[in-house]
Amino acid sequence: MQAPAPTDTTSPLPAIEARRVTKIFGEGDDAFQALDAVSLSIRENEFFTLLGPSGCGKTTLLRLIAGFEQPSAGHILLEGKNISNLPPYKRPVNTVFQSYALFPHLTVAQNIAFGLQRLGKPKAEVADTVERMLRLVKMEHLKDRRTSNISGGQQQRVALARALAPRPRVLLLDEPLSALDLKLRKEMQIELKRLQGETGITFIFVTHDQEEALTMSDRIAVMSEGKVLQVGGPREIYDRPADRFVASFIGDTNFLPAQVISTAGPRARLAVCGVEISAALPEGVEGPALTMALRPEQLRLEAAGAAGALQGVLKDTVYFGTDTHFHITLTDGTPLIARVQNARTAEHAFRVGEPIGARPQADALQALHD
Amino acid sequence: MARPSLRTRSPEEQAARSARIRASWLLSTPALILLTFAAFGPLLIVLAYSFVAPGEYSGVVWELSGQGWFEVLFTRDIFDDTVSLAQAHLSIFWRSASLSLLTTLITLIFGFPTAYFIATRPERQRPLWLFLITIPFWTNLLIRTFAIMEVIRNEGIVNTVLLNLGIIDQPLQMLYTYGSVLLGMAYVYLPLMVLPIYASMERFDFRLVEAGYDLYASRLDILRLIVLPIVKPGIVAGSILVFVPSLGAYVTPRVLGGGNNMMLGNLIELQFGQGRNWPLGAALSITLLIIVACALVFYVRAANREDPHG
Ligand SMILES: Nc1ncnc2c1ncn2[C@@H]1O[C@H](COP(=O)(O)OP(=O)(O)OP(=O)(O)O)[C@@H](O)[C@H]1O
Ligand SMILES: [Mg+2]
Repeated sequence: MQAPAPTDTTSPLPAIEARRVTKIFGEGDDAFQALDAVSLSIRENEFFTLLGPSGCGKTTLLRLIAGFEQPSAGHILLEGKNISNLPPYKRPVNTVFQSYALFPHLTVAQNIAFGLQRLGKPKAEVADTVERMLRLVKMEHLKDRRTSNISGGQQQRVALARALAPRPRVLLLDEPLSALDLKLRKEMQIELKRLQGETGITFIFVTHDQEEALTMSDRIAVMSEGKVLQVGGPREIYDRPADRFVASFIGDTNFLPAQVISTAGPRARLAVCGVEISAALPEGVEGPALTMALRPEQLRLEAAGAAGALQGVLKDTVYFGTDTHFHITLTDGTPLIARVQNARTAEHAFRVGEPIGARPQADALQALHD
Repeated sequence: MARPSLRTRSPEEQAARSARIRASWLLSTPALILLTFAAFGPLLIVLAYSFVAPGEYSGVVWELSGQGWFEVLFTRDIFDDTVSLAQAHLSIFWRSASLSLLTTLITLIFGFPTAYFIATRPERQRPLWLFLITIPFWTNLLIRTFAIMEVIRNEGIVNTVLLNLGIIDQPLQMLYTYGSVLLGMAYVYLPLMVLPIYASMERFDFRLVEAGYDLYASRLDILRLIVLPIVKPGIVAGSILVFVPSLGAYVTPRVLGGGNNMMLGNLIELQFGQGRNWPLGAALSITLLIIVACALVFYVRAANREDPHG
């Protein structure tokens, strides 16, 4: 057995580091830049997620880490060693493919054994590890089935076991849950988290589902058009989106125009739709005109007219079971959505077509880079 | 016959059922007619011919005789009536078998990479490559064979070029050899190997190759453990499509092999033509059929048994 991967998160070397990695497909007029100087540092034993809309380059980045593609510029380092030019079969990195890519002519157990056999492990050890992997993904009862004859969720688990069996330093998962129905998906999310904890392997997980990213990840990199826009923990990404794209891609967001009245150190007083509000200004964000992000659930509704609250007219209410969305048009014409949890007892007292006030919670407004 | 399920059927159901049966018989009539007149009928006639005596000039005399079958393997001396093995026939059997096996092998060696090449082209280009592969089919077999002859004969292109370059000072005897027949057959049958392998390769999911590389497989491992087992049905089909007609090949050995490189097909033709021994020709035809059938059973069995992960 290989020694278990060190779980020391203070390890000085990141598991995977991308240094200004650029990938250009094609040449001349057909050239397409899929990745634009992407730099990332992924820690040992981390559940790291690449999140972004379709076509933003997530798969491309994974394929570069796996070794199926070579970077056009920049380097990829594994525990400090430059692996940019190693072929995939020489990298201690395994992939769970979006299509699973299980070998259809082999059984479940033979699929799981494949990598171990190629590494020349002794027979007894292979059998042993395969047994353990089958238990880990709860597939013991189907080990002699052909993989073409098992369900989607089962295939997904076999793909996972097959990639985990050789004990890679890093496991790459390309939207492994996207083919599953919602219920199975939730189950597998929990199972993936558990497996990552039990094996101590670094997971790099790709998804375009922001909820999945928020619930599973230690850290998230939000990507758009071949660039990494922001890297941080789920809370940080959600509460402190760096720019307009991140704010709109993750969760629902209101965008409000604001003018800087005065600044004092990192804080500023702003005029937002005629209301004076204090907010923190992140580095590099300067007035006089700003765009502020405001999450719909960070608003409290009240009777119109009180000082310090945004004023507008209630246009519509939409009932969502656990909460209700209030669509408001502010006095300067900006649309605003407020999300309020439904109380079990009382109906709300606001009428469509009448004036209404919406008070942001303290520090709920986020100034955005443009 | 009277299963319970039959007894519980209502009359309407019965009527619908027999209508369905009638319809299915009606629909299979063309196939049945074809099988009767194109396959079993001729076969029975040939079988009958093999058990009667030869006519004086040609044709047969309708009296029961084992002479045809006897002569497949043995000869009787005209003067002293001693029986001995028909050496000429045995060497023709052997030549046919070995030439067909080698043809299959050579077409496989060239056909597999060709099919792989086509299957890995961008989808837009593939029809063009397939089209190129099938171009030889457009020309008559005889013309293609004579074209090869033109290339390899003593005054042909190859010898002329080699002589002029001073690489040889005597023309190489390539025509009318075992090698020239092999070359001709491999050339003629190559598309029959490429097409079925391509068909199974086209359905092959090339992401499996990446999965293999990801799991530490070398190029050879990928070929041996992933590509070959999955496209095996195509290889089996291609090999059968090449081996079977090779065994009965007639034109190619005749044109490129001269008189010394006869194959079974030529021997059979000889009996129906100059030899005027139709029963022997018929018996040889049936023999060919049996050899093909045995080879197929053996081959398909072997192909199904062999499993690199067993
Ligand atoms: N081999 C290739 N040749 C040319 N362009 C490519 C190639 N592979 C990817 N691209 C392009 O690069 C861009 C990024 O592709 P990529 O597959 O990385 O997206 P993604 O973020 O994984 O998207 P999705 O969520 O849809 O899987 C896309 O616009 C795609 O068309
Ligand atoms: Mg993708």
